[in-house]
Amino acid sequence: MIEKKSKKGAFLALAFVAALLILVIVLENTMKPTHMLFTVLKKGAVYALVATSMNLLNGFTGLFSLGQAGFMLLGAYTYAILTIPVADKDSVYYLYGGSTVKFSLPDLFGGADTAPGLILGVLLALILGGCVAALVAWLIGLPVLRLKSDYLAIATLGFAEIIRAVFQWDKLGPVTNGANALKNFPTFSSFNITNANGEVVLRLSTFVAFLLSAICITIIVLLINSSYGRAFKAIREDDIAAEAMGINLAKHKRLAFCISSFFAGVGGGLFAMFANQAQAKNFTTAMTYEILLIVVIGGIGSISGSCIASFLYVAASEWWLRFLDTETYIGSFKVPFLRNGFRMVVFSVIIMIVVLFFRKGIMGDKELPDLFRKRAKTKGKAGAEHA
Amino acid sequence: MQYGISVLLSGISLGGQYALIAIGYTMVYGILRLINFAHGDVFMVAGLMMVYLSAALPLGAALPLVLLLTVLLGFAIERAAYKPLRSAPRMSVMISAIGVSYLLQNLATYVTGGLPQMYPELPLLSQNVSIAGVTTKWVTVVTPFLVIILVLALTQLINHTKVGMAMRAVAKDFETSQLMGIKINSVISITFVIGSALAAVGSMLYFTNYQSIVPLSGALPGLRAFVAAVFGGIGSIPGAVVGAFIIGISETIIKGSNWSVFSDAFTFALLIIILVVKPTGLFGEKATDKV
Amino acid sequence: MKKLLSLTLSCTLALAALSGCSSAPAGNSDASGGESAAGEKVVRIGVFEPATGDSGPGGKQEMLGIQYAQSEQPTVEIGGETYTVELEYADNGSDPAKAPTAASELVSKDVSMVLGSYGSGVSIAGGPVFDEAGLCVLGMSCTNPQVTAGNDYYFRICFLDPFQGTVLASFAQEKFAAETVYCLGELGNEYDQGLIAYFKEAFEAAGGTVIADSFPTNTSDFTTYINKAVAEGADVIFCPVSIAYSTQIVKLCAGMGLDIPILGGDTLDSNKVLEAASGSDLKLYISAFYQEGGSPKFDEGFKEWLNSDSTHITNNGGNDTIAAVSAMGCDAYNVALEAMKAAGSIDPAAVKAAMSGVTYQGVSGDIAFDDIGDAIRDTAYIKRADTAGNTWVLETVQTVK
Repeated sequence: MIEKKSKKGAFLALAFVAALLILVIVLENTMKPTHMLFTVLKKGAVYALVATSMNLLNGFTGLFSLGQAGFMLLGAYTYAILTIPVADKDSVYYLYGGSTVKFSLPDLFGGADTAPGLILGVLLALILGGCVAALVAWLIGLPVLRLKSDYLAIATLGFAEIIRAVFQWDKLGPVTNGANALKNFPTFSSFNITNANGEVVLRLSTFVAFLLSAICITIIVLLINSSYGRAFKAIREDDIAAEAMGINLAKHKRLAFCISSFFAGVGGGLFAMFANQAQAKNFTTAMTYEILLIVVIGGIGSISGSCIASFLYVAASEWWLRFLDTETYIGSFKVPFLRNGFRMVVFSVIIMIVVLFFRKGIMGDKELPDLFRKRAKTKGKAGAEHA
Repeated sequence: MQYGISVLLSGISLGGQYALIAIGYTMVYGILRLINFAHGDVFMVAGLMMVYLSAALPLGAALPLVLLLTVLLGFAIERAAYKPLRSAPRMSVMISAIGVSYLLQNLATYVTGGLPQMYPELPLLSQNVSIAGVTTKWVTVVTPFLVIILVLALTQLINHTKVGMAMRAVAKDFETSQLMGIKINSVISITFVIGSALAAVGSMLYFTNYQSIVPLSGALPGLRAFVAAVFGGIGSIPGAVVGAFIIGISETIIKGSNWSVFSDAFTFALLIIILVVKPTGLFGEKATDKV
Repeated sequence: MKKLLSLTLSCTLALAALSGCSSAPAGNSDASGGESAAGEKVVRIGVFEPATGDSGPGGKQEMLGIQYAQSEQPTVEIGGETYTVELEYADNGSDPAKAPTAASELVSKDVSMVLGSYGSGVSIAGGPVFDEAGLCVLGMSCTNPQVTAGNDYYFRICFLDPFQGTVLASFAQEKFAAETVYCLGELGNEYDQGLIAYFKEAFEAAGGTVIADSFPTNTSDFTTYINKAVAEGADVIFCPVSIAYSTQIVKLCAGMGLDIPILGGDTLDSNKVLEAASGSDLKLYISAFYQEGGSPKFDEGFKEWLNSDSTHITNNGGNDTIAAVSAMGCDAYNVALEAMKAAGSIDPAAVKAAMSGVTYQGVSGDIAFDDIGDAIRDTAYIKRADTAGNTWVLETVQTVK
């Protein structure tokens, strides 16, 4: 019975994702490609992945880590360093007279302008970026995972800051380009299919962002539904009881930490693709907070919540609330308060309201399919329960 | 030699200013088990209030007013953002603290228009003084003494008054002290009031030295002060002060060396080492649930 | 129930957004600008500037220059028709992480071209977005070579850092006979680090020693760095940092009664910096694009315009000292109009094609572009801070030999 239900649910979810992907392709090729919507969608897709990876750790395993930006940085730098075309290295590393990394993954497979070179190179670099992040997470985890709640949070936050300082160190300049940005690597737009004249025939940039992010999130969901996921949840609920049940605490915590960091690393690579550049300065604590707030708004312990929240968050902060930043006149009446910076004030007030009064976020710890199922079964009860 | 003295001097004064912020962290943590991420931003707001008030009022009126308003702000934050979450998991409160910090920073950006603000000159404190051939401001000299006086007063308050006793009881055991008839909420409010007042004093000293205030001015000193509090043993006021001086001095030494890139990284590395090796810090009490 | 409600709410929002955008472009899909409701032709120019963050003060001054130029020349004759110019703003927050979205916002607003940005880091970060959208961007104070390198759509009217670095290095040697220079820049700031690198290259080639140091973002304690410079026996301190930091450094040095001259790049050309040095004996020298007095007509007109509105004065930092970037902003606006006139159309592609051929005699000198899109410039003004009179005094005009 359970088996059947989950199978049906999985099928529905898959169909939903497929429909979403098709919708994205259609939208991108029918609407104006420069529309703000696509920027929001791309960034939202990237943030959805990173938020989900953070949720895996904070929401499902109960490990409160604030190192997400640091792991994203590792992924972004690995991706960028490995994919900058050899021909462009001198101009990117102009302060250091070229890079010590003499190869580029897309070039190895035939160059970034050929399909196999681009696809293989980008995928491999993203995965390697995730691996580097996971490896570092493993090392950091050795001492840090023994700490609890806010101490773990502050220690991981500290590690993220240390990673950032290391990447800005000019002695490592020939590899990391010091404090300067890495750029000229393949981005989402590189996936647009062009004809011989350089005109875009089929736009796939948003689609690629969605596809990569969706694949990663699916893997995380599968993991959560596996026996490992159940062990993670057991640790979250009560680690002593979990240990008594025979779950190896240290091993599972480390596993969750590494996997979460792996996907944060991949997310970092995607973020670099979105931002067209990778620079250590961007991956600050503020970014971790941003992702944490997304997780909270979406509901701690809900993957679909994280995904919905990241799109809402990005759209609200980058697009819908923008009008608050410009002085507006209705007739000759000047709307008060509207001035640069007001957007962020309103935005942070909204966040505080969510944090204080809607503590469960949009989804609580439920997933999208749960909602429909529940509605079908307990239509009458639901009202009474929440009244 | 001169260079050595100048590094030491600015290290000690920086340490003193961190100490005043760190006390706020350590007291709140001692009682609520909450890293009050907004504390550094309260410190920044105190600085901004001084900028705006001193432009409108004479300094004699502005100084106490800033102190009062900062205390009110600390009180209001506790009531609005932390009190409703008292029974919620610790993580929710911490997220709320991060939210408040975000709000204060954005408000500051809105009010200042994102422009750096110049802290006013305070009489005497801003004047230069020459010690062993090194020119520095009076504030550098005054800071450590002022910190010691304030800390002594605070320890008296905590050890020898009724309120202090209540604070210690609440820090020891939240629920039990409630059962014993201690008004938890007022004790917590007093903690925030004291913490904010010290942060206001700290901001006066700090910004007299480093005069430009931007919305993010509070973030880093706040984090460093928190590290100092952990280093000294969270919950322990002398510990926070000693930790702050150590952090302040080592930070200035590193900035003066060829490793200045790692000045922040060092602070955090120190934090991690302490947490892993001796989680109770220098002066912390044994029974904790950190590990 | 609550959950369901919030879910439906968010779905409605998303749907509303989708429907909103699919209908929006239908209205004005025929290229940029077009006709406004009143029937007059409108051309939109994007302004990609920081209004907040470290470079906020500079960005605001640059915008003032653009706004002034717009008030002087609110319409433009393109292809025989008169267009009204509208400015569209996007704040990049002085943050390379926010720059791409701010850039895409401008792109989505159907502008014909873009002006900006103050600060090289954000320009580099926003560049690819404009490049992809086929929008031509005209920078006016982003001096890092990476801004235009490899980006066909980025042009600029100011000099470049290799030039500025060389000029400042030779100035340090000629004026102060400096042998050791202490350089201080912000970690991760493309502009600071690039300019220091070029300065170092030129200075060391001439036989000097350079000690380069960096401080982390959000540092507010510069005492140690300055003390270090003194201890290392530096003859000159070179700190081409953004306004937020330079005011702190200058204020600190002024307070210390520092004897060593301070040298800065074009970012220090701000009345905030002057204010910080005011009343002290600090020797402060900076390089700039323009010096007040270079074009009396502009000076007079701009000051009058500034004083006509208190918000302008506030945005200019509280008084009517003319910043070089304001002059550059004014020039950039006029160059943009020239390009549109030359293109005879407001189509972004046509404007871009016309841009490289534009020559213009601006407030800050003659402007023409080379094949990378950089301005052909050979002059930098070195200014000295008159700390008693609170003004910049022209020290010398440096040209490259």
